[in-house]
Amino acid sequence: MKKCDKVISVKDLTKKFGNFTAVDHITFDVQKGEIFGFLGANGAGKTTAMKMLCGLSRPSSGSATVANYDISTQGEEVKRHIGYMSQKFSLYEGLRVDENIKLFSTIYGMTDDMIKSASDRLYKSLNMEGMKKTLVKDLPVGWKQKLAFAVSTIHNPEVVFLDEPTGGVDPVTRRKFWELIYKASEEGMTVFVTTHYLDEAEYCNRVSIMVDGKISALDSPKALKEKFNVATMDEVFRIVAKDAIRED
Amino acid sequence: MDCAVKIDNLSKLYGKKEALSNIDLKVEKGEMFGIIGPDGAGKSTLYKIMATLLLPDSGKASIFGLDTVRDYRKLREKIGYMPERFSLYQDLTVAENLNFFASLFGVKIKDSYDLIAPVFSQLEKFPNRKAGALSGGMKQKLALSCALIHRPAILLLDEPTTGVDAISRNEFWEMLSKLRERDITILVSTSYMDEANRCERIAMINKGRILEVGTPQNLVSRIGENLFNAVGENMFRLLSELRVMPEIEDCYTFGSTLHIVAKKGFNPARAKLELEEKGLKGISIYPAKGDIEDLFIKLTRNEEM
Repeated sequence: MKKCDKVISVKDLTKKFGNFTAVDHITFDVQKGEIFGFLGANGAGKTTAMKMLCGLSRPSSGSATVANYDISTQGEEVKRHIGYMSQKFSLYEGLRVDENIKLFSTIYGMTDDMIKSASDRLYKSLNMEGMKKTLVKDLPVGWKQKLAFAVSTIHNPEVVFLDEPTGGVDPVTRRKFWELIYKASEEGMTVFVTTHYLDEAEYCNRVSIMVDGKISALDSPKALKEKFNVATMDEVFRIVAKDAIRED
Repeated sequence: MDCAVKIDNLSKLYGKKEALSNIDLKVEKGEMFGIIGPDGAGKSTLYKIMATLLLPDSGKASIFGLDTVRDYRKLREKIGYMPERFSLYQDLTVAENLNFFASLFGVKIKDSYDLIAPVFSQLEKFPNRKAGALSGGMKQKLALSCALIHRPAILLLDEPTTGVDAISRNEFWEMLSKLRERDITILVSTSYMDEANRCERIAMINKGRILEVGTPQNLVSRIGENLFNAVGENMFRLLSELRVMPEIEDCYTFGSTLHIVAKKGFNPARAKLELEEKGLKGISIYPAKGDIEDLFIKLTRNEEM
């Protein structure tokens, strides 16, 4: 496989449900190691777009590659080369830490040897060696977040999709989580993230804002703030998304 | 002033886990009061007890002088409760849901129409749409209309803006301000710290305990920390370098800048020089104004989250 600097490449990607166009000809690229913020109002089409990029839904027209696999024809390959985590679902609460790791790494098709070395590395880097046998539901929220992120990237994917990973999380844990994201990106992982916290948009290398199925703005936070002549991403978002017609 | 809500030494355990621990709280009549805290802080447990749906293990709560355990029947007429999870009937239409809640409370929609109009007007376009097929923002408006249908004296809103985008959140708070003008006491919980400023007073809650109560302005003025902003070309490296400086108590990301909590003797100009010697570029360090999130970080700094 030829390694390419574009980990995600999207061209005119469109999804229609009947005569409703949920995602309307979106085009963008995400570079290797980039933290890409994918913002939008409720119902702008973020979830639909993300499902397509994860190989879970076929586009009506247009195309995209993720980790060099075509999302229309190689959905299964796409799934194998990405990680996914959301605040709503990431770990099985009723399973132990080691059981969660075993389950997810097996699903990703890793061999026993690979699982062993990956989980040893994970325990060490997260400082979780003493917690292998703890039920996930008994972990403090900060640990749960760290573990969820580690599990979603245990198979060393080219890109990880984070779907509102910090919703409802306290300010300190939220910040610690973003430091994990920074670290992963410095190590070359590409991060595709959605959030409703606009201070977190400031931490992204580039941010796109979807409105009514289209990408209405796409640039670095600094450039967007300069363009709209405002001080925060919160204000940028309000300006760009205020004209949205549809809601969900 | 009269008390709308009075909570004394309230505790609730789930098994061995302490969901609420010796909570004391007073909310005045007509107040817009915020309960601010992350997931798992105990917000929903507190709401369920106030809504007469859960029994406390010890302590008591009363609303307008009515005890949530003893006087639950009388109390239910006075409260409008909107739980965290959408709890209307998904397979009933907009109109059917509203009618159903009106008939439960023995009231007529037209008698309360003036009250719900600002919220409900946008839903009138599709009375026959099933509740389950509404958008997130519309579901929220229908739930609020149903919670208001019996003209409650107090609204208990449990995380009404969670998962809602910045624009719809703003709209929702504007609706609440309108209701506030009708002398309804509003108790609203949120995990978004920036929403604290929408409330007259707030209680900050974490791990079942109340950390602080006061007006947002007053609480912020009490942070009492020496705060600075820092920016630079490589923010992540800047953060790591600032953290190991001995004159710095704490450093954390804060939107487009970093916040530095400085110890005595911190000198911004000297720190800048030191950082530049380490090869960091574009450094600027200047005083910062704290907000509720800084206070929350301060109050929980030494806890394991």
